[in-house]
Amino acid sequence: MSQASAVPGRRLGEAGVQFKKQGRFARFMTLERTSGVVCALPFIIGFLVFLLVPILLSFYYTLTDYSIIGEAKFIGIQNYLDMFSDDKFFKSLGVTFFYALVSTPLRLVFALFVAMLLLKNSKVSGFYRAAYYLPSILGGSVAVAILWKQMFAADGVVNQVLGMFGLETDFAWLGNESTAIWTLIILGVWQFGSSMLIFLASLKQIPTELYEAASVDGASKARQFWKITLPLLTPTIFFNLVMQSINGFLAFTQCYIITQGKPRNSTLFYMVYMYDESFTRHHAGYGAALAWVMLLIVGLYTGFLFLTKRFWVYDEEA
Amino acid sequence: MTTATLNPTPAHKADVPVHASRETNWRHIAGRVVYHVFVMAFALLMIYPIIWMVFSAFKPTDTVFATAGQLIPTEWTLDNFVNGLKGFMGTGFVRFMGNSLLIAVIATAGTIASSAITAYALSRLRFPGRRILFVAMLVSMMLPAQVLMVPQYIWYQKLGWTDSYLPLIVPYCFAIQGFFIYLIMNFIDGIPRSLDEAAKIDGCSYYGIFFRVIVPLITPAVVTGCIFSFMWRWDDFLSALLYVNKTEWYPVSLALKLFSDPSSGSDYGAMFAMASISILPSVLIFLFFQKHLVQGVATSGLKG
Repeated sequence: MSQASAVPGRRLGEAGVQFKKQGRFARFMTLERTSGVVCALPFIIGFLVFLLVPILLSFYYTLTDYSIIGEAKFIGIQNYLDMFSDDKFFKSLGVTFFYALVSTPLRLVFALFVAMLLLKNSKVSGFYRAAYYLPSILGGSVAVAILWKQMFAADGVVNQVLGMFGLETDFAWLGNESTAIWTLIILGVWQFGSSMLIFLASLKQIPTELYEAASVDGASKARQFWKITLPLLTPTIFFNLVMQSINGFLAFTQCYIITQGKPRNSTLFYMVYMYDESFTRHHAGYGAALAWVMLLIVGLYTGFLFLTKRFWVYDEEA
Repeated sequence: MTTATLNPTPAHKADVPVHASRETNWRHIAGRVVYHVFVMAFALLMIYPIIWMVFSAFKPTDTVFATAGQLIPTEWTLDNFVNGLKGFMGTGFVRFMGNSLLIAVIATAGTIASSAITAYALSRLRFPGRRILFVAMLVSMMLPAQVLMVPQYIWYQKLGWTDSYLPLIVPYCFAIQGFFIYLIMNFIDGIPRSLDEAAKIDGCSYYGIFFRVIVPLITPAVVTGCIFSFMWRWDDFLSALLYVNKTEWYPVSLALKLFSDPSSGSDYGAMFAMASISILPSVLIFLFFQKHLVQGVATSGLKG
């Protein structure tokens, strides 16, 4: 156990040994409610100091002109107003929405397809699961981002493989405005592993009797999929959709390493733009405002998904 | 035996009994072969980029792109590893690995220890403010870390923590990732309360119950938590980018970025060699703890 739990540990010693004959302090310390607060203390401190303070602080800074180095100058809601005349803000918002709304469904379709494939039990299914999950394990690493950058370079693997099929071989995937974003989307889709595992777990919970009954009634496989599998999966699809879209909105590393927003901001992710504004151009106040806007967007989007829930998510209690 | 197995996609419904005959038997075997060939080929396609990277690390650096289409090097070399391990500006790559290891291990130990005791408090003890804390935990789970990037930076700067590992380690020792609290809470809820009560009757304090009863029983959740925390800390790029400025203190993620910068020359062979080494810990953990990982994802639905 590390430093965090050392505190209650020490108190235990006091309570247990030194004050066995019930000192007032020791009795107080061993009460259930005191113990609860003491045990939760790491989180209480952590939440206040590392989350709540930055949240409050950041809200204040959104109302200032602040460059991190100098003094913060109060300017009211100017930062928010500035966004309306900021082309890059709208551009990055558009790119991020496009990325999140395209890559997430593709990833889920892919994940579901592979999960259905792997449902069949065999001696090697463990190996298959591992192979399909591996890209996701490494997905967030800089190594994979670098690899991706080289794969789609003009002299990279993708062009070489295309060349083998007699196709054009020196296309600059990352240098072209219409294809650059797709390389990032493909990278996102490639990391379908965790959604796949979640799908796999819930597919296994669908009772086989349902399928048996359906095939006795003469329902085709396709019909069984649309009428049994898919409806029963909707809660899982919903969960995956919410989690993965949020991840999509907040993507950073891929873009920062592979394209840096190039060419002509066609791949400028919101988070990368926020980073640039705050730390490269030292507009920390504006950066904080951008962060709050994204928080609002993520909140609204999640809320919107929850609103649509009753129209398409199967609910056993209903 | 059924013809249904011919169609690999809805595979699990295959056990509907149909009369077995020699013909269906053959079709069954053919179906299985088709299934395995397809799934295997598809799986290889998925991990091909990673395999390609590892093999490229063994190619002479000037042939990496000329021979990008072929997987196996015609000429094997270890030069890339030798060059890569020299690192940058006098700092060897082993140092970068050591830095990452230090950060990831301490942050992980801190996260799991602090999350475990908080999870115990939240799921077992009644105390004032418990509900508020539960909500706070959910908030810390939902709140995207990236959104706090700017304000946290400003705050750490006020604390004088920038230019050090403190922002990469200390907050994690205070259970700021609600996800881990939640993971362990779920596990503690599955432990019978009668164990707590028995310990209490034997004179155990609430702290004693945590250390003697709960801790030994939550090992699976702790292992799962450690694996994920370690891998996330190991791959963490953004906070390293923000807070680490001296080259010799760079963790692996940041050092790799240096390798790929056009400004610092492009020894692609060395870059792929070091990239391959950098994914080694994650791959090894993955291979050893596959069961835990798969379980962890399937039950809690985390990202990754």
